[in-house]
Formats: sequence, structure tokens, C-alpha cells
Amino acid sequence: MSLLNKGLKNKTMNYFVNEKGYYGDFGGAYIPEMLYPNVEELRQNYLKIIDDEDFQKEFHQLLKDYVGRPSPLYLAKRLSQKYNANIFLKREDLNHTGAHKINNTIGQILLAERLGKKRIIAETGAGQHGVATATVCALRGLECVVYMGEIDIQRQAPNVARMKMLGATVVPATSGSKTLKDATNEAMRDWINNPVDTHYIIGSVVGPHPYPDMVATFQSIISEETKKQLIEQTGNDQPDYVLACVGGGSNAMGMFYHFIDDEKVKLIAIEAGGRGVDSGFSAATTALGKEGVLHGSRSILMQTEDGQVVEPHSVSAGLDYPGIGPQHAHLFKTGRGEYVSITDDESLQAGLLLTQMEGIIPAIESAHALAYLEKMNFKGGENVVVCLSGRGDKDMDTYMKYFGL
Amino acid sequence: MNRIKKLFQEKKDILSIYYTAGYPNLGDTVAIAEELERSGADLLEIGFPYSDPVADGPVIQASSKQALDKGMDLKTLFAQLKDLRKTVSIPVLLMGYVNPMLQFGVENFCKACAEIGVDGCIVPDLPMVEYEELYAPVFAKYDLSNIFLVTPQTSEERIRKIDGLSNGFVYLISSSATTGKNLQVSDTTEAYFARIASMKLNNPTMIGFGISSKETFDKACKYANGAIIGTAFVKSLSADDVQGSVKQFMKEFTL
Repeated sequence: MSLLNKGLKNKTMNYFVNEKGYYGDFGGAYIPEMLYPNVEELRQNYLKIIDDEDFQKEFHQLLKDYVGRPSPLYLAKRLSQKYNANIFLKREDLNHTGAHKINNTIGQILLAERLGKKRIIAETGAGQHGVATATVCALRGLECVVYMGEIDIQRQAPNVARMKMLGATVVPATSGSKTLKDATNEAMRDWINNPVDTHYIIGSVVGPHPYPDMVATFQSIISEETKKQLIEQTGNDQPDYVLACVGGGSNAMGMFYHFIDDEKVKLIAIEAGGRGVDSGFSAATTALGKEGVLHGSRSILMQTEDGQVVEPHSVSAGLDYPGIGPQHAHLFKTGRGEYVSITDDESLQAGLLLTQMEGIIPAIESAHALAYLEKMNFKGGENVVVCLSGRGDKDMDTYMKYFGL
Repeated sequence: MNRIKKLFQEKKDILSIYYTAGYPNLGDTVAIAEELERSGADLLEIGFPYSDPVADGPVIQASSKQALDKGMDLKTLFAQLKDLRKTVSIPVLLMGYVNPMLQFGVENFCKACAEIGVDGCIVPDLPMVEYEELYAPVFAKYDLSNIFLVTPQTSEERIRKIDGLSNGFVYLISSSATTGKNLQVSDTTEAYFARIASMKLNNPTMIGFGISSKETFDKACKYANGAIIGTAFVKSLSADDVQGSVKQFMKEFTL
């Protein structure tokens, strides 16, 4: 497997993408020929464009003035007391549009403009990425089409309304499980049918190379800021633990990015266990999945023995995905990251706990990461950063029903 | 000599038919092949279904889902095709996505194909670079052809490379689209077909995607060695009278 293992030949472990688009055994670009010119155009240009001084200036200006970055790193005092550790929350929920997703859509819209694209497509699960995409399209005056699973359209109605108000066309994905996986299939089909003027803004660190690397690069602002903020607040930019939830894995990859090569920092990724890993209703990919190919990259995915993709389940639409990004698969396989899962019930309880102890209503996705604090045994004094990837406004229906509020 | 090479040497205007294994009924796979050969098809592409067929439009998606729901998988398909060569003599390709093939094991997959007498594969999401470095030797060991796709956006340099790696035919996609759209032979499509023809490739070419009738088939044959019909055929199959519906569909091509 000469092609696949090139990244591993370095003396120190390489956790980032190699020149062939692989992370160890994972990654690559498994796409039909119809998508090749688009993906190849991106591959040839993304680094050049992102490294360009003009791009960097515009990207950071927008992150500051439009998104509201840097997002605060907040020491949650009451939570810290409860868990006997210093719990810092990276407040991506305070970003414009309510989640970390906008970091990536700002980056990709600037890139799409530089590639001369006139039309933007996206997939969305919880609707956060769809809203973030519709937002930047409104900002730059580009046509926007968002594919969303029919079931997600029902459970995330407020975000559907926001996308429509922002001028996007929301197209229901009616195949398969009618959730994020199927929305992604439909977006890829749209791209095949519109090969010249369209850019596909993938919302997570999934898809064919260079998407996982490109999205991780845009999201890496999360850990870049965190390191600076930790120095300011604690005098030390090495936390003991960094926690983030993983669906496809974009907030986690952004949160891990600048800590990956520092092996003293323990990285913990929290997957959606659904009704329990063995219940048949779960989205805990590393626990239930095997290596395979989905949506253009080789990674770990939930599948049957015959290689058919299994329908996942999670109370949180943003984590309801049967795969993980290839870089996560690599961190998992090499043991660099610890991949665990939290059930629907545990996450909702953690959401209520944060709300009542800190006055912050988290997205159910982010509540999965918070719930794992309950399972850790801190000695006292550890510095722990949890990525609070999004706010819970979109989840009020689910919270109200669950707690009978 | 391999069946595909022989076919292209002996015949012009080759008619290839795609259908999904296990559709409309799980047990129809071989019966459809037999009836297609009797009714005048020159080449068969049997699709092994996948849950997430991104290159396919709604008709083939639905046929794949139905076949999967009825229990089709690669093990079942290979068992069904075990005695294929007792009754079917035209070349047969298997077409599907890479993940089921990977889970079956590429070597096992190729071995099973060779034992049955399958002549080659079309795997749209298997990247050329992966094929070249990892799979080509296995395909060669079992004397299987791998068929690559070319679209109007594929560069000349890449087409040359594809031609060099191909050993059967090159599959020209009429326009960049998922399966099941109608072929509109516009000036640009014509220019694309003419451009390919003028490249004088080593391999013969077949045009697919959007071929739905005798009329579109004849148009495509002006520019290539033949054409492939998929969606229109799958749509025409009737679960109650599979053989009859195959015969009915093929009628206009054998007049």
C-alpha cells in the first residue's frame, strides 16, 4: 500500500495531510470523473489562494468585524467547581449565526469568488452550516442552494426559515434516511450536473481531498485563538485535555488543530451514541464502523458487511452522520485522539446542566462534549478546554419536549 | 481473445444495456441477461447496487434501493451468476461503486469475476491513481478490463492517460450529469464527440448517459463505436413480466 502510507514514513508521526491527499490510510479523492475537474481545480489552487496575503487580510477582517472573533475563552467557574478542574469553554456559540460553521463558510466563499464561481451549493444537517452558507452568500450576493434531509427540515424548522429569509433555496433530500448523508449525496449530484460555475461548500472535514484539509485550515482559528487566550489567562498554552463533539468533525478538528503535534495535550472526541452504542440507533462511528469509502474519501464509516452505508441515529441533527472525516480516522487509528460516545439522554441532561449552572443554552451537539466531563475523573487543577460549538436556540423544541418545559 | 476486444473487432454500432442486479425481482438477474442477448444486445453492464450512488439519477437510485431491500449483495450476485456462461455468451461488465468492492476484497472480487466469466468492471468512484498503483496488477492477473469514464470537461492530457490505462473501451459521458437525463446533441456536445474522435484513441469508445431510444442511440453511434442505455431500460422493466418487458424494449433496436 505504498500510496497510502507515505505520511507515516516520517520520523515523527504525521497527523496532517500528505502530498497525495492522505492521512495515513485515510483520505484520497474517491469521486466519479464528472467531479474530477472541480475537485482538481480546488486541489491545485486552495493552498495558493489561502496563503495569499490579500486573502488572509480579507478573511481575518471578516472574522473580526462580521463574525465577531476572537470568540471568548470563558472559565466556567461553577462547572469547574463541580468537576474539580478548570473548565474553559471556547465560545463558538457566540459567533454570528450561532456556531463555528461560519469560520469555514467565510473562508470558502472568498475562495469561490477567487475561482470565479457564481453559484454556491451546500448540504446541511442541523441547519447551522446551511445558515452559515446562506449568510455568506447574502453577504457576497451569490446564488445559494442548500440540500437538507426531509427529516432534518422538520426537526430544525427555525433554521430552514432563516435560510429562506437569507435568500437561499432549500431543497429537501428525500432519499435514504432523509438526513445529512442523503443531503450530501444530493449536493454532490447537483455539483455533477453543474460542473462549471458552481462551488460546493462542504460543511465538515469530510469529502474528497482537499476538502478535509481546507475545512480544517479554516476552522483552525478555534485552536489558534485558544492557545493565545490560555496564555493570557493561565500563563500556559498547553491544556491537559481538549474536548469536542464529532459528527463529521469540523469543530473538533478546529479545536484540536494546533494541539495535535503537542502530544502532552490529550484530545478527546465525543461521538453521538444515540440511544446507546449497541441499541441499533446510534451514530458512534468509531465504535460501530469499519474502514471504507463514503462521500469521496477513505475513512471509517458505519456499514453492513456488504459495504452498504448504515443509517445513523442521534437526537442531534448535526451529529447524525455515519462517517467521520479522514483526519479523525487517522487520529483514532494512531491513538492520538480518544474517541468516546455520549447518549441522547446524557447530552440533553448536560445541556440543561450548563444552562442552569452557567446561563448558557448549548446546541445539543456541543452538549455531547459537555456530557463527557461527567465521565472524567479529574485530580484537581487540570486545565480542560471544551469546544462549545454552537448555541441551543435551534434545539429549543427538542429541549422543551424532553424536559416537559 | 477477450470477449470485449472481439466484439469491437467484429461489430459496429454496439448496443450495451445497463441494468441493476436484483431488480425488479431479486431473482431476475440472469433471466434479464439471457433475454437481452436473445433480443439483440451486444454487451451487458450489470449494476451491483450501493446505498449512496452519487453519480446516479432517481431511476437507478430507486432500482438500487429496491434491490438492496430485497437482499441483493455481492455474495448473492456472484452466486446468481455462477452458471452465467452456460447461457450467455456476449461480454458482461459489472458496474458499481468502490465501497462494496473494497469490503468484498478487491482480489476476491476479481477472482469471482474471472471464475464466472465476467469480462470487466466499471467503478465510477475508483480514482485513476489508486487503480493504477494498487488495483491494475490484480485486474491484469484475472484478465479483467477496467472501463474509465470521460466527460466533456476531461482534459486531453487526462484522456490520453485514461486511454493508456484502458483495455476494453473508453466510456464517454454525453454531458456532465447524473444518469437519466435526456441526450441533447447540441453544438457543444457534437464538438466534444468530434474532439474525442479526432484524438484517435487506441481504445474504442462508447457513449453513455442520456441515451434512451433508437433515435438517440443512432445519433451517438455517429460519433462512437456504440452506445449504452441504462435508465430508460431500467424504467421499462415490469416486475410481473420481466422477459416480455425486455423484449418490448429491445424491439425498436432490432427492426
